Amino acid sequence: MTVTAAPVRRTPITPSTVLVGGVVGVLALAVVSTFIGVSDMSWEVFWISRLPRTLSLILSGAALAVVGLLMQLLVRNRFVEPSTVGTTEAAGLGLVTITLLAPGAPLMVKMVVAALFALAGTWLFLRVVRTMPVRETILVPVIGLMLGGVVAAMTTFLAFHNDLLQTLNSWMIGDFSGVLRGRYELLWLVAVLVVVAFVAADRFTVAGMGETFSTNAGLDHRKVVAVGLSIVSLVSAVVVVTVGVIPFLGLIVPNIVSAMVGDNARRGLPWVAVLGSGLVLGCDILGRLVRYPYEIPVGTVMGVLGAGFFLYMLLRRPSR
Amino acid sequence: MTTETLPPTTVSVRRPRLGPWLRVGIAGLIALAVVAGFLLADTNGYADFVVPLRVRRLVALVLVGWAIALSTVLFQTVTGNRILTPSLMGFDALYVLVQTVVVFAFSAQLLNQTDARVQFFLETALMLVFALTLFRWLFSSGRYELHVLVLVGLVLATLFRSIAGFLQRLIDPSEFQVLQNLLFASFTTVDEDLVWVTAGVVGVVTLIVVRRLRVYDVLALGAPLATSLGVDHRRETTRVLALVAVLVSVSTALVGPVTFFGLLVAHLAYQLAGTHRHAVVLPMAGLSAVICLVGGQFVLERLLDVTTTLSVVIELVGGLTFIALLIHRARRNLS
Repeated sequence: MTVTAAPVRRTPITPSTVLVGGVVGVLALAVVSTFIGVSDMSWEVFWISRLPRTLSLILSGAALAVVGLLMQLLVRNRFVEPSTVGTTEAAGLGLVTITLLAPGAPLMVKMVVAALFALAGTWLFLRVVRTMPVRETILVPVIGLMLGGVVAAMTTFLAFHNDLLQTLNSWMIGDFSGVLRGRYELLWLVAVLVVVAFVAADRFTVAGMGETFSTNAGLDHRKVVAVGLSIVSLVSAVVVVTVGVIPFLGLIVPNIVSAMVGDNARRGLPWVAVLGSGLVLGCDILGRLVRYPYEIPVGTVMGVLGAGFFLYMLLRRPSR
Repeated sequence: MTTETLPPTTVSVRRPRLGPWLRVGIAGLIALAVVAGFLLADTNGYADFVVPLRVRRLVALVLVGWAIALSTVLFQTVTGNRILTPSLMGFDALYVLVQTVVVFAFSAQLLNQTDARVQFFLETALMLVFALTLFRWLFSSGRYELHVLVLVGLVLATLFRSIAGFLQRLIDPSEFQVLQNLLFASFTTVDEDLVWVTAGVVGVVTLIVVRRLRVYDVLALGAPLATSLGVDHRRETTRVLALVAVLVSVSTALVGPVTFFGLLVAHLAYQLAGTHRHAVVLPMAGLSAVICLVGGQFVLERLLDVTTTLSVVIELVGGLTFIALLIHRARRNLS
């Protein structure tokens, strides 16, 4: 995508300076985010509510975007991310199941169960997709969305029978207004997973080139895919359990980044993380300001933006 | 895709065991039996009290079933494939969005004073404008392949739902109550006023459709063939899309969005009808819909003693069917 006339003069702005700019932008957004709120600012409010909220926005934004990239590499399809293949829905089903079986279970247990369900959901999706001819790029997200719908219907069924429907709705829409100190710390686990993804970035890039290629390159393809999908499932589960679903984030960010810096995961990952945080911060700030002093959950804002972007991606594709 | 809608020639080779009209007759009898069961079972001697109550719900169920069946089959005829349905393309979600926009634009107070029927017509009119613009554009010139269209539909539905959700958050909590009553209609709670108005609307649409059955048979042959046979393909397609938009408004206004039901019923009808003539397929689809809806409600309510979960069951079965259909097609295309 580089302009061919480039050798004449190298532009003074290198990607890394832009990246630094991105980090500064995210920090600025974080400061703005910390100082928006209904109650007057005090140290107490800052430590208990504002700071945790801003931190969890940054963490979950970066993690979801990174996970989206990971999934796109491993499935080799631009249109997949946890919320378009049923991973998120499966995590939701797990959350409802454990809440019904053991209502008093600690958050950690809930998270583990949700993660196991998410893993199972992702695995099921991969099994179904493997039966498809490779060329059917568009069909992959269609089947993913359908599977997600089926899993969501099961969740609704369970929730409906146990009068959990309203609770379920509040769980499944990403919302950071309930984030307080002591209720978001699980998200640090997500940060660890993102670091793992950074370390293993090259492996995922190679694995994304296909099983034969990566085996040739001396990589245990199955193991890399298994590790990758575990990261995806864990991150999805943690985010669903702590803040709810933020749809399409993992779809928007990696696609923008790959248009900017290409498909190399190691080069793209920092961008993906920074842009992901920035986008979630921005959406959350928007949601808090549009109808001040009320809040619009970030999941709803992202739903509108993300679906719009997805449509744009689909329709600008060259026709046959 | 056109080869798929052409099979009359193969039908004459392999003669169906039962004539098409006999099949429709049998379906009609089963539908009657189901309806009778729904109305008369378990009245415990209070028939004169229970039956009139059930009639209203029955009429609603029949209307919804009929509207969804008709709209799905017609939509599949004009789009020339059997995977797309109006609800998959986001028609239902669009109606929900239109309802939300109406509550958002006019105050709920104003809406409370206006008749539910006036509101229904207003929303249907808006829906017509939106749906026609959008789907004319998507389907014109066949610029997108089928799978792209399916995905676009799914994402459009999500987009409409998200915008509706966004607007719902902007609406005053008290006004939201009004909207919630509109949106969370289900198979068990149906507005009485609306039932009779929509019955009229569905009746009119059915009449229009009956007069044009042969045109639809020609449309199913695909644009080039239909045009050479003297049918204005573009105009007819627009008309059908308009009828579909009206039918979807009816069913969504009565019971809310039902994603997969149309797909199930239409495929049931294609299998059962034994012919591709709309004169047979449409009533077959309508009757299957009535049997499934009324029968399903009956079984769930009276035999299994669970209520209002019919739509969830449909969603489950329909979703799995859809995935199976997609995989089947993809494999067939490969071989």
